[in-house]
Amino acid sequence: MAIYLDYAATVPVRTKVLETYVAATAQLGNPSSTHSFGRDARMLLEDARDRLARAIKCDRNEVIFTSGGTESDNLAIKGLYWQRNRDAKRPVIVSAYTEHHGVIDPIEWLESHEGAEAVWLDVSEEGVVDLNALAALLAERGSQVALISLMWANNETGLITDIAKVCEIAAAHGVPVHSDAVAALGHVPINFAASGLAAMSITGHKVGSPIGAGALILARGSNVTSLIHGGGQERGLRSGTMNYAGALSFAHAAELAVAEHDEFVAHTGRLISRLRAAVEGIAGSRFSIGSAPGMSHNAHFTFEGLKSDSVLFLLDELGFAVSAGSACQAGVARPSHVLLAMHRNEAEASACLRVTIGLETTDSEVDALITALPGVIIQARAAFAG
Amino acid sequence: MKVLAAMSGGVDSAVAAARAVEAGHEVVGVHLALSRMPGTLRTGSRGCCTIEDSMDAQRAAHKLGIPYYVWDFSERFKEDVVDDFMAEYTAGRTPNPCMRCNERIKFAALLEKALALGFDAVCTGHYATVLTGDDGQLELHRSNAYAKDQSYVLGVLTADELKHAYFPIGASASKDDIRAEAAARGLTVANKPDSYDICFIPEGDTRDWLNEKLGAQPGNIVDRDGTVLGEHTGAHGYTVGQRKGLNLGRPAVDGKPRFVLEIRPITNEVVVGPHDALAVVELAGSRFTWCGSAPSAPHEWFDAEVQVRAHADPVPCSAAVVEGDLVIRLNEPLMGVAPGQTAVLYVGSRVLGQTTIDRTVSAVPLEVGGEAGA
Repeated sequence: MAIYLDYAATVPVRTKVLETYVAATAQLGNPSSTHSFGRDARMLLEDARDRLARAIKCDRNEVIFTSGGTESDNLAIKGLYWQRNRDAKRPVIVSAYTEHHGVIDPIEWLESHEGAEAVWLDVSEEGVVDLNALAALLAERGSQVALISLMWANNETGLITDIAKVCEIAAAHGVPVHSDAVAALGHVPINFAASGLAAMSITGHKVGSPIGAGALILARGSNVTSLIHGGGQERGLRSGTMNYAGALSFAHAAELAVAEHDEFVAHTGRLISRLRAAVEGIAGSRFSIGSAPGMSHNAHFTFEGLKSDSVLFLLDELGFAVSAGSACQAGVARPSHVLLAMHRNEAEASACLRVTIGLETTDSEVDALITALPGVIIQARAAFAG
Repeated sequence: MKVLAAMSGGVDSAVAAARAVEAGHEVVGVHLALSRMPGTLRTGSRGCCTIEDSMDAQRAAHKLGIPYYVWDFSERFKEDVVDDFMAEYTAGRTPNPCMRCNERIKFAALLEKALALGFDAVCTGHYATVLTGDDGQLELHRSNAYAKDQSYVLGVLTADELKHAYFPIGASASKDDIRAEAAARGLTVANKPDSYDICFIPEGDTRDWLNEKLGAQPGNIVDRDGTVLGEHTGAHGYTVGQRKGLNLGRPAVDGKPRFVLEIRPITNEVVVGPHDALAVVELAGSRFTWCGSAPSAPHEWFDAEVQVRAHADPVPCSAAVVEGDLVIRLNEPLMGVAPGQTAVLYVGSRVLGQTTIDRTVSAVPLEVGGEAGA
């Protein structure tokens, strides 16, 4: 029986959420229709909006349902840029190369197609963004900045960014902040209203609902230009027939994830600590974020003298599903752009192992990995030297 | 045994993997990512390492019920195959990158990694056969499917590498049979076009590609005397035996067409001459290997056949190792053989060994007095 230790990729659909999803799909109706069927479907969607808003502490009107994290990132970044740079006076977008490609790529696209100027903040070897550099940049060029986009938690390394501090620095210059919180949802406490964020991306399948429903949380008072034009759904910002079954199951999953947060942190933290202690005993290993704050369920290591693909192959053969953190569309393990941004060389960035777990993960599963890992590392090193 | 099936996404490697599974081996499919900038879709028979190819390979592996991975060899491929290809052209030679890939990637880097990860053999969709000889040693032989025989490009395999090489479709009668078998097995790649161009030159135009990578340095076209006959736009755009595109203007004294005889990279000259001068009677190279057991007395002349291109006919010859070079004397002259090409020796159907050709000896030595005045 294979052991799933890749919760950062996606997580099991929760049984109760699946029931919610199946029941909602049985409801006939387009939420935009005015007849009774349409109204019933609409109520499922609006229930979802209420429940998701309560789970992440935002106003229900701030929830814009989308297809997932990447769409939300695109809507936030392009939408805020186009709104804020209409007079061509605020072309600067501030971010960091440790972001998910869902953030990096829209920014680079705006650079090459729409005259944006990206400023990539430096990060430490542990992945911590240099917020002094952010403050200095805003002091000098704050009036030219369209937006700042920094993720709440890193999907590869698990590092948590001090979003409150980012928002405090930005607020002094009136610059809106977007945060990709896809990896953070359910794993760190999120209070959107208190965060100071202008926009936040989240998605359902990281907390146990089916893939295909996400949201952009857009603060009242923040405006974005729509990317998708049509029937004007979701405040005119995201046209297209609404996926109410997806939205409702997302909201249900988010409720459950938030409710079990403390238990999640205690359980996964205990197991990850055990794994970390064991890996520290393997010569030439390094815990990627060092002593910087990280998510309790996420362990990211590098190993000297091997390549990720050998480790993944050997572990898969033994029945462990883990990740290197990044792969291209063709399925090749690539040097991690996150590690490269953290001033690691290409060899280190090609020698990653990410283990991410959930509440379902058992002690014996983690112990099995701890037992298998030393031999796997030795063999992967032999394959590297060969 | 535990077999790593190298799966390109084509029909041959898919059927090879299927046969390995059927033979009862524990098989894992691996697609080699050789390009740092993979394209999305194939265009006809060209291109390699596209996402389409990778997905075709994955679909085939899934159909066979075997695990599948993509391994990145792009760095090794660039250094050992692409850079080598450019260096050989820069040195005025005409390399065969597919042989380099077999020699340094598939049966070197990949095989070494596979052995270290617990595999016993690497399986490919090549048309060639490994047999045990009378002395108990492994031998590489031509495929029964003579038209598709690929033993030539495997001539670089050494005795150690043969021990771990597995060609399940090597003894197939024809490519049509393989396609029919793929269709019967429900493999979606059954009718996928063959690849025949150099995979890393997706546009198919080697000259343009070399001009872009190496730059075009104009120089002189000269005859064998050194008399300047015209100008060329870049020496690596010419290959030995080429007739068209010389644009020499004035005809040769004897009125006959002229052909490229030699590329001289140091002086950036393209040497031309009469067709007869293309004939070579001797080939030699220092970079030679034996495929399986070496001849018992390699320093004494022995009879063999030699093949100088992937799809050329073999010709009778005698060969011996002389002062560190494998020297091959042809019984009949061969036309237009260029340094950089690989000469593969055969005895009957068996591959004996190979050398990269460093130098050739013309059948028609330059007469005293030269061509210009002849």
